[in-house]
Amino acid sequence: MTSWRRLKPTALALIVPLLLLAFWQVATVNRWTLLIPTPYQVGEYMVDFAVGGIYDDAYSGTLLTHLLASMSRVYGGFALAASFALPIGLLIGRLPVARMLLDPFLQIMRPIPVTAWLPLSMILFGLGAKSAFALVCLGAFYPILLNTIFGVRAVDPKLFEAASMLGCRGNAQFYKVVLPAAVPSIFTGLRLGLGLAWFVIVVGEMTGVPQGLGAVIMDGRTLSRTELVICGMIVIGVAGYLSDRVVVALGNRLLRWSPNHHG
Amino acid sequence: MAKATVPIVDIRDVSKVFKLQDRSITALSGANLSITKGEFICLIGASGCGKSTLLRIMAGFDQPTSGEALMWGKPITGPDPGRGMVFQDYALFPWLSVRDNIGFGPAARRLSTAEVKATVDKFIDLVGLQKFATAYPHQLSGGMKQRVAIARVLANDAELVLMDEPFGALDAMTRERLQDELLEIWERTKLTVVFVTHSVEEAIFLAGRVVVMTPGPGRIESDNVLELARPRDVASPEFNDIRRVLGAKLHSHHSKVASAPSSAV
Ligand SMILES: Nc1ncnc2c1ncn2[C@@H]1O[C@H](COP(=O)(O)OP(=O)(O)OP(=O)(O)O)[C@@H](O)[C@H]1O
Ligand SMILES: [Mg+2]
Repeated sequence: MTSWRRLKPTALALIVPLLLLAFWQVATVNRWTLLIPTPYQVGEYMVDFAVGGIYDDAYSGTLLTHLLASMSRVYGGFALAASFALPIGLLIGRLPVARMLLDPFLQIMRPIPVTAWLPLSMILFGLGAKSAFALVCLGAFYPILLNTIFGVRAVDPKLFEAASMLGCRGNAQFYKVVLPAAVPSIFTGLRLGLGLAWFVIVVGEMTGVPQGLGAVIMDGRTLSRTELVICGMIVIGVAGYLSDRVVVALGNRLLRWSPNHHG
Repeated sequence: MAKATVPIVDIRDVSKVFKLQDRSITALSGANLSITKGEFICLIGASGCGKSTLLRIMAGFDQPTSGEALMWGKPITGPDPGRGMVFQDYALFPWLSVRDNIGFGPAARRLSTAEVKATVDKFIDLVGLQKFATAYPHQLSGGMKQRVAIARVLANDAELVLMDEPFGALDAMTRERLQDELLEIWERTKLTVVFVTHSVEEAIFLAGRVVVMTPGPGRIESDNVLELARPRDVASPEFNDIRRVLGAKLHSHHSKVASAPSSAV
């Protein structure tokens, strides 16, 4: 009974993927489509992509190289986004002047999808890694910014009164009250931002970079090698998922005090 | 002038008007109240009669529209560690442990780490929360949170403690325990306490003086010194006599309200 209770979440979580896999198998074996390889073919190709030794083509055994290239852009772009979004968010959240100056502009820029920035980015930053960085950074920027602004503005006013009656006034309140109170929200922003950085990596790597999971997927498309495309997709999904689990684990440690932060 | 003859708090003809877009509300009108060091005063009155407003002016969170609020003869211009507020909804810092909440004031006053620790230990003992020193506020019951809020104010050397319906959200048993504990602390530390409550019974149990306020606009209706010996027995005939008298004063405005339409100006 207890072991079933422990296994239940995993079992439930597997149902949908397994059904999908079965459908994929049925659909490809019965030749409902000829353009998509069978799950077995993809599995076999994934092994080759990871360690080589089966097809020995240009992509054999290159998974790690591409994964590392993408990770450097995801985390680099994310770090860059955080380094802009956090201070700007704190400013907009705290200073009415900053809000009036920047908020309308950012509200207009926000709905423009990262894909739309692709051509301009290639003109501004050239073909290659710089453009990829810029696009990933843009993707991660807004969730961090918006959640930081929200966190800073949503501080319970009573806490400012409590702090000032305890002798903590003026700028000291920023460090002793505003920042800690905003941490859960900022954390949510960082988590969403990192998720979006993974989400836009393919667009980022449409800029003509030679390596990266996005580049692999684009190559797969041009070469009509669908198994390559699907392998790239799976690796992005798994990497993004693991990356998020690490962030959630960090959050659970860091935000032990927060009643609504146990992801 | 010797300190003993100067009241710790002097409220002189204080009025407070809140301006809204389309109208203004007189929350407090011509209030006079002089508090001697060491007193335990309860403010009672119907909702909206200006109890919180008066308390917030004493705390320095709000300024009077007219009249003056003095502490030791000097105008109260802003919040100060000498005057501590205990809020009904606690207003603890959720990211700090019980220890660090209580140590917040001492740390803000830049005491040394050792002094902060000694102060925190002393007040954690006083409110009996040794076992919960490292817990976070969301892990505490309402009664424990309110103990932390009280300790936090006392740890800051407040000589005036302002309490706005501090036990209003607690169950009856917890409330009675905290009332006893509060009285014990008050007797031991010679604090001055101003305590807002809706409950006539709570006021008579705690206070040396009960200030009755009435709404429309908020004013001080009467100021009643209680001579009852402590500890007080809520079932005694004397207690009930006082309850009847104060109850009548509390409802005295009902007849007036009929003729004076509203507090809105
Ligand atoms: N910041 C404010 N802005 C506008 N009106 C206010 C403000 N604070 C209080 N008031 C008004 O002033 C009046 C007195 O309010 P106050 O909070 O002092 O009453 P109270 O006696 O504490 O009531 P309760 O028992 O419900 O807490 C009320 O009519 C209230 O609506
Ligand atoms: Mg009130």
